[in-house]
Amino acid sequence: MADPAMPVADAVSLRGVTKVYDNGTVALGPLDLTVRKGEFVSLLGSSGCGKSTALRIIAGLIQPSSGSINVATRNGRSIGFVFQEPTLMPWSSVWENVRLPLKLAHVAKVESDVRVNDALAQVGLAEFAESYPRELSGGMKMRVSLARALVTDPDILLMDEPFAALDEITRFRLNNDLLTLWRRLGKTVIFVTHSVFESVYLSQRVIVMTQRPGRIHAEHRIDSPEPRDDDFRTSVAYAAHCREVSQALMQASGPEAGL
Amino acid sequence: MNGLEPLPSATREATSRSKARWLRVLPPLVVLALGVLAWDLIVRLGEIPPYLLPGPFLVLSTLIADWDILSASLAVTLLTALEGFVAAAVGGIALALLFNRSRWLEYSLLPYAIVLQVTPVIAIAPLMLIYLPQQTAVVMCAWIVAFFPVLANTTLGLNSVDRNLAGLFQLYGASRSQTLRYLKLPAALPYILGGMRIAGGLSLIGAVAAEIAAGAAGAGSGLAYRISESSYRLNIPRMFAALLLLSAAGVVIYMLLALVSHGVLRRWHESALRKEN
Repeated sequence: MADPAMPVADAVSLRGVTKVYDNGTVALGPLDLTVRKGEFVSLLGSSGCGKSTALRIIAGLIQPSSGSINVATRNGRSIGFVFQEPTLMPWSSVWENVRLPLKLAHVAKVESDVRVNDALAQVGLAEFAESYPRELSGGMKMRVSLARALVTDPDILLMDEPFAALDEITRFRLNNDLLTLWRRLGKTVIFVTHSVFESVYLSQRVIVMTQRPGRIHAEHRIDSPEPRDDDFRTSVAYAAHCREVSQALMQASGPEAGL
Repeated sequence: MNGLEPLPSATREATSRSKARWLRVLPPLVVLALGVLAWDLIVRLGEIPPYLLPGPFLVLSTLIADWDILSASLAVTLLTALEGFVAAAVGGIALALLFNRSRWLEYSLLPYAIVLQVTPVIAIAPLMLIYLPQQTAVVMCAWIVAFFPVLANTTLGLNSVDRNLAGLFQLYGASRSQTLRYLKLPAALPYILGGMRIAGGLSLIGAVAAEIAAGAAGAGSGLAYRISESSYRLNIPRMFAALLLLSAAGVVIYMLLALVSHGVLRRWHESALRKEN
């Protein structure tokens, strides 16, 4: 199924990727990053370090200034993207919002009906199909956004600080749901966040990025056993990982980061 | 649950809502009644002759007595305004879509659209009447005043599309027409409807301005023509009656468009949602 030109085990590989904006701002890189298939990787960094830019480059939403990108997907559109905001169409029902990627790809109605229902069931929103986004809470909107990203059954899920705007209780619940989905569906996930605790809880690997221009400062493997749940959140191992990643982030962000 | 709980909030809400509705309807009605009363008193006590200022009841009886003439004229003016409005809505939206597609086209044409907008229509109307058949000229004037708000608002709406949503459409390989149909037009809809609400009233103003100019040339059958004709004949009560009809027509047009807008946006747009405190 995979693109034969790519190493079989790799889902995403970036080589020397940089991004310089038109106004001369060097936002990113050079960045070298390889993500294996089925891996859950977090990009961790302070605001403006270019981690969202990296994600958008992987998605093909913006073009890099230099470097090469390889994304192993069955076809060009097999990427799901979850933005920081729910980014739903307010004029459409939940159901229509989730169906959008299929509609744009001209998928037949019978098939898309089944897939939309599946995607909504996966995020636990089956009975809200007819609601409009404004009738939902922030966490539910984010679930709809997740369902929309999953409806095309993508190989790779890119998430750009998706839970940053949610309250802690909702965020913890969505973290757990995301991990359950990841274990069940086996997708490659690249998760951008500025929360040390979230990145350690979710990922197998945390990539700590420097201030602009964003580069990889350190890589930290979280080898705690799966499945993780709320017990892991309060465990000694979790606290130790968080301390190490925090220190790496402090170093990466430089002396002025605390100001 | 015991018997000491406060009034259920739903009931309280309903009470305050109906109170709020009364507050919006009653005061303007009181002002109207007081105004009409004052008008009537001034005319009676000052013994003002009807060719200077007719009393409210004379205006009303004139409206009824002259209904045949006035309603026919109203129909003419409304048809003109409607034609101008439809042309403005279609033209304004179409032009905004073209501008959205080509920046060059926007830069080339927008200044002239603005010139057309800022030149008073009453000054353009006599020229139009020279070059065009009368009815066409009048509709043209209605179009000129009404199209710009639609153009400006639609352009604003098309440019206000959520950037992440646009990125999402790009990610899923949406074609240009898909992006227009499923993203840009729905996102611009509240703005388009707002523009149309302004255009409705303006098309009536444009039609009346042009009719007045045409009436000065000695021809016409619209309400504005009736007004200038009555003024020549010192038939002041009929002038007032015609004016009353024009205002009423304007209010009805506005309300109809507001109703349409509310109906279309009811499910999702902030402007159409009931306010909660």
